[in-house]
Amino acid sequence: MFVPLLIQIYDIMKQLILFANLFVLLVSCEKLVPSLPADDELLDGPVEGLTSAQQAIFLEGDAAFNNQVFTAETGLGSIFVATSCGTCHAGDGKGHPFTTLTRFGQPDTNGNQFLNQGAPQLQNRALPGFTPEQIPAGATSSKFTPPANTGLGFIELVSDADILAMADPNDADGDGISGVPNWKHIPDYLEELDNTISQNGKYICRFGKKAGAYNLLHQTVNAYNQDIGITSVFEPKDVYSGLETDPEVSTQVVNDVVFYLQTLKAPIQRNQDDAQVQQGGQVFINIGCENCHKQTLTTGFSSVDALSNKEFHPYTDLLLHDMGSGLDDGYTEGGALTSEWRTPALWGLGLSPNSQGGQYFLLHDGRATTIQQAIEMHGGEAENSNIQFQNLSQTEKDVLLKFLKSL
Amino acid sequence: MKIFTYSYSISSQRRKEREGKTNSQVYFASSAPLRAITLALVLLFGVFSAANAQKDSAFIKRVLPDTAKIKLNMDAVYNRPFLTVGKLPIAIGGYLEANTQYSATDGVSDDFSFQFRRFTLFFSSTIAKKIKFLSEIEFEDGTKEINLEFAAMDIEFHPLVNLRGGIMMNPIGAFNQNHDGPRWDFVDRPISATTILPATLSNVGFGLHGKYFAHNWIVGYEAYLTNGFNDKIISNTENRTSLRAGKSDPDKFEESNSGLPMFSGKIAVRNRKIGELGISYTTGVFNKWKQDGLVLDSKRSATAIAADFSTSQFNNRLYIVAEVAKVFVDVPSTYSQTFGTQQWGGFIDIIGTVVQRKVLGWEKAKLNLGMRLEYADYNIGKFIETGGNIADDVWAVVPCIAFRPVGTTVLRLNYRYQQQHDLLGNPPTKTGIIQFGFSTYF
Repeated sequence: MFVPLLIQIYDIMKQLILFANLFVLLVSCEKLVPSLPADDELLDGPVEGLTSAQQAIFLEGDAAFNNQVFTAETGLGSIFVATSCGTCHAGDGKGHPFTTLTRFGQPDTNGNQFLNQGAPQLQNRALPGFTPEQIPAGATSSKFTPPANTGLGFIELVSDADILAMADPNDADGDGISGVPNWKHIPDYLEELDNTISQNGKYICRFGKKAGAYNLLHQTVNAYNQDIGITSVFEPKDVYSGLETDPEVSTQVVNDVVFYLQTLKAPIQRNQDDAQVQQGGQVFINIGCENCHKQTLTTGFSSVDALSNKEFHPYTDLLLHDMGSGLDDGYTEGGALTSEWRTPALWGLGLSPNSQGGQYFLLHDGRATTIQQAIEMHGGEAENSNIQFQNLSQTEKDVLLKFLKSL
Repeated sequence: MKIFTYSYSISSQRRKEREGKTNSQVYFASSAPLRAITLALVLLFGVFSAANAQKDSAFIKRVLPDTAKIKLNMDAVYNRPFLTVGKLPIAIGGYLEANTQYSATDGVSDDFSFQFRRFTLFFSSTIAKKIKFLSEIEFEDGTKEINLEFAAMDIEFHPLVNLRGGIMMNPIGAFNQNHDGPRWDFVDRPISATTILPATLSNVGFGLHGKYFAHNWIVGYEAYLTNGFNDKIISNTENRTSLRAGKSDPDKFEESNSGLPMFSGKIAVRNRKIGELGISYTTGVFNKWKQDGLVLDSKRSATAIAADFSTSQFNNRLYIVAEVAKVFVDVPSTYSQTFGTQQWGGFIDIIGTVVQRKVLGWEKAKLNLGMRLEYADYNIGKFIETGGNIADDVWAVVPCIAFRPVGTTVLRLNYRYQQQHDLLGNPPTKTGIIQFGFSTYF
């Protein structure tokens, strides 16, 4: 009698052990799935300190930016560059030559003369049955590699006064560097930001390769319209027909995307305590890179506490600089001369290969495929720093590059 | 009502009776479309039930698949367990599958989810000698997606010449034809079978199929003309060329998007001792190139070619199935390179039975260990701008443990490790998924 009972108990115990093992497996799931990469290895993610409500808006914007793919049915094109925001900004990092934009116009600063022929941006792709845009005869052009999105909210909040304080249009200090802001007329839908200074109806613009955009709403509306062919209440003209259409993206979505861009975290420097990185940082200052690639800026007031009155380290002065004939493509925007480019922020530089397919595509059009090449292509106001770089010992070059890759 | 008690355990039945609920009351707790179909079934079978003795245990008969006959994947639609009810000329069957899973991608987890993936109903009927009918209705993710996957009539003129007409599975690869959940020891369907090839693809059309037997060999063919894909192949929110996206056309059973038929064909050969090898080919114009007599675009074709192999060895203790497919799509050169002109992918499942004996009263219970390896490249090509390789690929390895108390029911525990590259070939996203679920015919 006892033997069958024992066998039954043994069978029950086996089942219990099986279920216990399954339970252990389930509760240890977290250990069986890939772990989160270090925060400083990623460009995407929200700035620290957002409220729950702000995080919810961030997620809405994230979904619209990275997941919303436009099709012919939802307004894509009919001519376009990309089908979604995320196509050009993988992981919120720098873009790839595949999604490099082409803009066209003329060399003078009298305003784009080709607006009625599709300028300023070339839509080089088209829906089936449509023909992509061509650069009209007589126009000059330049290619723009998509920039990283991170930390843009901090840059938007730098006061105009701070930007003007960094400008030296007449090179009064005689260091050979004469940064200037890009003063431009801005569209009617844009409201003046706090800390804005206007001059003859023009405003300081700060976003884009030639500082052609005033703020992130301006940048976002332009990108929807010129990159994807999507109209909004802000920019209702269709890029193909030139006619006003019903909005193809809602104002709510545009606002969510703007908030997303504003609240993306700033890139986090890696290996800050590494002695060579610190030496490289000193070399960076010694050879004059920091004269334009300003390490530290501060934000003004923001209704988003996480962004308000913060010190941050973008390595840019947000000013236009003459970069010499080698980088002169003969194309201009606003008051920027053809050889003038806005100092690009260097933060996140070391993570660029993670969004550019494993290699670097640097400078405005991605022509430099290493950091060293990019430095050596600096001319004009940066010529002196370039020469100093080339005169460095190999060790000094190495630590400088290590520093730049840590950003 | 008896038909429903069949799929419930005795204990659950008694529990419900104690709670004062009938099975239909429990069943009707689901959503509206499901309720409607269930109601129809209840009425249909209820009438016959009422006319027969309520306690007649022989009233419902299970018709098991004939495992003695040598079969091909193309026979899968009929090679299923069915229930017949009295003298009702319709046999009914189906399967359901559900699971729970914990997944995380690069450390970001959506935690636990329970998923009711599929509930599928089959109805078959022998209308007359050599005339058969079969239909399959599938509910995916509850009632999120309801598809009529199969509703076709077969008329046999000769074993080599059978006319099939209606809504049918296009024979693209083996999985598309043989996709019932209980047949597989993996919770997820193969990536390449669902995203390179569009399982489950069915269309309305006509065609011929047939088989030739010789000793241990069987050769089969299928050749159909059906409606085809639509423009969504290259205009979709997946942001890549996708035959899967191109099958989602609510009008596809009503009209051909291109106005031209799509050809689907397959040749398969099977040896009882070696296994089955199949080659399938599908091609057709997918875009709306003409409307109201006006030409809007050139005709653009989508073509898929697939090879599949399956074998069962060591007295069915080792089972291997593999499929590889390549897709060619005519994408305009002026369109985005995110939409590739060529794709390929494949999978191999290796399943071994490690225990086969009586367990808890199930005479031939099986414990299987297995492994799936799978890969899909959604965009074969190089960037025009750089000459660099376009990535957009995914691979996965999926070990599994499956317990089959009976051949028609499987409990399965899977772990999926997957890496996916974006278009540019940036560092891959890494995903881990732990899944436990079941799938059963009823």
